Amino acid sequence: MQMVDLPDARGHFGPYGGVFVAETLMHALAELRQAYDHCRGDAGFHQELRHELKHFVGRPSPVYHARRWSQQLGGAQIYLKREDLNHTGAHKINNTVGQALIARHMGKPRVIAETGAGQHGVATATVAARYGMQCVVYMGATDIERQAVNVYRMKLLGAAVVPVESGSKTLKDALNEAMRDWVTHVEDTFYIIGTVAGPHPYPMMVRDFQAVIGRECVEQMPELAGRQPDAVIACVGGGSNAMGIFHAYVPHAGVRLIGVEAAGEGIATGRHAASLCAGTPGVLHGNRTYLLQDANGQIAETHSISAGLDYPGVGPEHAWLKDSGRAEYVAVSDAEALQAFHDLCRYEGIIPALESAHALAYAAKLAATLPRDRLLLVNLSGRGDKDIPTVARLSGITL
Amino acid sequence: MSRIEARFGSFRAQRRKALILFVTAGDPDPALTVPLLHGLVEAGADILELGVPFSDPMADGPVIQRASERALAKGVSLRDVLEMVRSFRQRDGTTPIVLMGYANPIEAMGAERFIAAAAAAGVDGVIVVDYPPEECESFAALAKRHGIDPIFLLAPTSTGARVEEVARLGSGFIYYVSLKGVTGAGHLDVDAVLARLPQIRAATSLPIGVGFGIRDADSARRIAGQADAVVIASRLIEELESVPAAQVVERARAFVRPIREALDR
Repeated sequence: MQMVDLPDARGHFGPYGGVFVAETLMHALAELRQAYDHCRGDAGFHQELRHELKHFVGRPSPVYHARRWSQQLGGAQIYLKREDLNHTGAHKINNTVGQALIARHMGKPRVIAETGAGQHGVATATVAARYGMQCVVYMGATDIERQAVNVYRMKLLGAAVVPVESGSKTLKDALNEAMRDWVTHVEDTFYIIGTVAGPHPYPMMVRDFQAVIGRECVEQMPELAGRQPDAVIACVGGGSNAMGIFHAYVPHAGVRLIGVEAAGEGIATGRHAASLCAGTPGVLHGNRTYLLQDANGQIAETHSISAGLDYPGVGPEHAWLKDSGRAEYVAVSDAEALQAFHDLCRYEGIIPALESAHALAYAAKLAATLPRDRLLLVNLSGRGDKDIPTVARLSGITL
Repeated sequence: MSRIEARFGSFRAQRRKALILFVTAGDPDPALTVPLLHGLVEAGADILELGVPFSDPMADGPVIQRASERALAKGVSLRDVLEMVRSFRQRDGTTPIVLMGYANPIEAMGAERFIAAAAAAGVDGVIVVDYPPEECESFAALAKRHGIDPIFLLAPTSTGARVEEVARLGSGFIYYVSLKGVTGAGHLDVDAVLARLPQIRAATSLPIGVGFGIRDADSARRIAGQADAVVIASRLIEELESVPAAQVVERARAFVRPIREALDR
């Protein structure tokens, strides 16, 4: 399988991906493809990116053996890729640094972004401050309410946060609104998409910037554990942290790739965000992929305890990895994720993001079924400080 | 010859300009759509554009978004929209109807089923906003086989190569988006539009309709100086959105008449 060569020149991963946008955006996307092609082949660009990732983001992030938790689970050994230790507390910044450097190369003084949980918004506001760019972040009005701390962080960093009142007032609507801004201010504005979705070249470009996660793991696992893992496990909303850790492992045929979606209150209840496990192919936000939709093709409202997974679509490369069988996709519920959140706090002294807690929950289930010499590598995509008010509220505690 | 081609043909012969009016199917109420379409024709619409409501109308401004949300709240599906067209056709066999919407509801129904049902209902053209030429070669061919014109957008940012691609793949007319922005935006630059149209003319013999941001009789008349048709959408919906249901059709007629007169002057 030559899957590492995907997408094709027009952004297709098998039947998925592509450029499904209005004519008004086609030129901007062509410009972006050109700029990205140039930067990708430019040694100076890579040198600067590496420098920024090392000195500003703090890479490489360590891999950590969660020994006590593994022991408690009584099965396979769980290793954590510590993206939570990056500057701003999540993997999102790997991508925003890369895209901001492209924006600078293109001479765009203004960057915009959509955000759900606020992590990508914070990461965008951070690089905008770092490189002296104007920054506007679109965020669903519902998400603004449940992620007040991140909203304030963005404002501290100098970004304007625009509440989106249309549709379900969450991530998908923020993405619509950011696209509308882009189409209107296309000359001076660069749209920093936060996940491996959207029209080509975004799914490829965001994957490429996040792929540093998996590349580091391929070096770190033999050093720390003596060999590559038996399975790599990551949560999937749009799917950027998962693509980031999967990409380098796709050619390692012996390594299982497992994406964990949000089952919310349970797939059967309809209140979930598991596009790959329970959705059907369709077109949204510029690409063809698996979507949660009704019989008439209207996009469904989703639910997850974690705002970062609360999205009705998924990156097209995941759709392809699912159909081709190279990756498996499963879903865990709000309650299971919450349990894993608490377990990691108590057994390892690490407070994980609720998004990452979905991957942890599945790893815990899987570990218990495997012998002790098996190795599971989990992408701990972010830290959980932002989720503390949510978890406290669910525990009936007023802070 | 398609109804759209026939209409533009006779208008060219008479040196008249076509007025294209857009409403979202099912807004403000599904029962009003067919009477509203007839009212628009009576007041001077030459071609009707019927918006298919979608939950995530990425290329639309707030006015058409709201119209879409109101229609969806009343449960309007693509199937219902086709039924409205069929019902309209019982009394009007000549006015062309173009469906305008997004890809996903069509893909959910299945492209073949949709095109066959649309042709049977009396649809003349389709604009799928998020199907640029490179993603819909086979869909455009399928539409043409059923006698439906695949209509494409061109934008101020479209390159010469894209103009040629749209000219090759499209039929019926070309929809020129008059500004950089979403539907209903308020910064139309008429002179910039007039300056761009000759370049598109040079690449295609298809009629050119201009829309996005045309808000009154004056801008409509100036644009029509160079274009074959003007499209008015958001401004019409805005006009109707605060009107009681019983007065919607009459208000629409009153809005359209002066624009028609300005175009014919």
